[in-house]
Amino acid sequence: MSSPSVPWPRCWPAIVLHFSPRRIQADPAGVATAFPAGARPEPGRLLPPRLASVGTAPAVEIVSLVKNYGRTAAVAGLSLRAERSQVTAILGPNGAGKTTTIEICEGYRRPDEGTVRVLGLDPVRDARELRPKVGVMLQSGGIPTSARAGEYLRVLASFYARPLDPAVLLERLGLAASTRIPFKRLSGGQQQRLSLAAAVIGRPELVFLDEPTAGLDPQARHATWDLITGLRAAGAGVILTTHHMDEAERLADRVAIVDHGALVADGSPAQLTGTAGQLRFRAEPGLDTDSLLAALPAGSAAKESPAGHYVVEAHDRVDPQLLAAVTAWCAERGILAQSLRIESRTLEDVFLELTGRELRS
Amino acid sequence: MTETATPAAADWPAPAPGAAPLPRMVAAQASLELRTLLRNGEQLLLILIIPVLLLAAFSHEPLVNFGPGKRIDFLAPGILALAVMSTAFTSQAIATGFERRYGVLKRLGSTPLRRSGLITAKTLTVLVVELLQAAVIVAVGLALGWRPHAGGGAVAWSLLLVLAATAAFSGLALLMAGTLRAEATLAAANLLYLVMLGLGGVVFPLTKFPADAQPVLKLLPAGALSDGLRSVLQHGNGLPVRDLLVLAAWAIATIAIAARAFRWE
Repeated sequence: MSSPSVPWPRCWPAIVLHFSPRRIQADPAGVATAFPAGARPEPGRLLPPRLASVGTAPAVEIVSLVKNYGRTAAVAGLSLRAERSQVTAILGPNGAGKTTTIEICEGYRRPDEGTVRVLGLDPVRDARELRPKVGVMLQSGGIPTSARAGEYLRVLASFYARPLDPAVLLERLGLAASTRIPFKRLSGGQQQRLSLAAAVIGRPELVFLDEPTAGLDPQARHATWDLITGLRAAGAGVILTTHHMDEAERLADRVAIVDHGALVADGSPAQLTGTAGQLRFRAEPGLDTDSLLAALPAGSAAKESPAGHYVVEAHDRVDPQLLAAVTAWCAERGILAQSLRIESRTLEDVFLELTGRELRS
Repeated sequence: MTETATPAAADWPAPAPGAAPLPRMVAAQASLELRTLLRNGEQLLLILIIPVLLLAAFSHEPLVNFGPGKRIDFLAPGILALAVMSTAFTSQAIATGFERRYGVLKRLGSTPLRRSGLITAKTLTVLVVELLQAAVIVAVGLALGWRPHAGGGAVAWSLLLVLAATAAFSGLALLMAGTLRAEATLAAANLLYLVMLGLGGVVFPLTKFPADAQPVLKLLPAGALSDGLRSVLQHGNGLPVRDLLVLAAWAIATIAIAARAFRWE
């Protein structure tokens, strides 16, 4: 065990757990390496001890997670996988189940159904082994109100074996001048950044950030983004929840869109936004959009909205053929299309389309 | 920040997780709690200024008839009991209640410092503060003419009583802080401070209360502690077994209930 002061009677249950076989969900890669061909177990069968897989397990693996509060389902069958050394953004409106999911990963709540593994470990059962490896930034608070910024970070640093230098971290987050200021007298943005510093001071393998830039000014937001980019480059995994589409598009390797407690879409920002798209132009009002539509590839759509503004939506994506068809149609009629531009969808469009809801509703 | 952005991102240190040894974590947490407590004016008022003022005021003016003997010899043990109560119970309940309310306990739950380590740190903080209080109160008391029985036995029995009372008051503090809203804890802890100040034999002798009430008051932790300390320090008696048992019973009961009922967030 990590601490020599743990009395023996409290050691043995943990050791038994360590070496006992356990049930895990089917993981094709894990099964293939753990068993020779032909000996593959069915999903849910016993697999060998997990010690061998901890180092290579995904950052987070959630299978069919259910969590109810009374009669309300906060999480309803969510499955999600996040890789190490990647930034995974969980995107969704308020009440979508983002915070509940993250707090189950952090070990604060137990799942009602389903399994959750963080770095290959059970967040509740293996909490002692997991805590040093995981950094947590709560949505708000968590820091003693009268503790000074530098003092608090130094105390937290002394909980870890090889922490970052608190002074350097404060400097990088633009808090060097606030070292001696009590938490309660820091601005909201400074409090957020101190909270972020607290999450990374122990040099974790995986960081959970619950809305890290909520309420930050643009400069503080960029400092936060730089830190997240740096963490990722250094090999740490980052799971963050956010309302901000631009944040997810800019930072995330993968975006998981969550609504009503379930995953509705999952992929890189390019995958999610890349398909389909729009071509927009301005011209005199009242053009015959039916004739335009007839000139376009099947599956396209064309409309005038508002007057003089035309939108052509591609079935799959806006390609050179579609662009040529539109300009040819204009040329035949002597129409000079103005402000012609091709727009890919934003995550905001994707989200609206998938859930019928605005993100910040 | 934008100028330093790229280098900061490029040279970020690689992950190197690991927990510190438990004693280092506990010492760091205890020192943080001690420093924030000693910076808090309201808490200082409660744990140091009020006891010392009571000691000075009641030892000079015959506001209350303490019975035979020097006034200070009666008063000082009661003030020591008040000091223990103010730190282990009132101050700890209020601080922990607000830590729970502001998510401090929740946040600590995700660090390598385990709950047992946190409780150890809190206990250590209380003991250090009690030591500071005792030093000040004994010094002021001696200056005011206090002459306690101070043999080896008296010191040992006093320490034993104080430790048992600290456990009992801490159990009560954590029970309240872990189950009530922070505001309710604040109000109730201050109210109980006043109640125990009045009914706990701190400045008003328990013998002044009706004969039927006296045995009941000695079953309260404050009454048992002040009675026990007075028996040892004022009268030079041996270990007050009954008072010690009362305190131990309170300690076991409150800690057992607190361990089950405490909600960390």
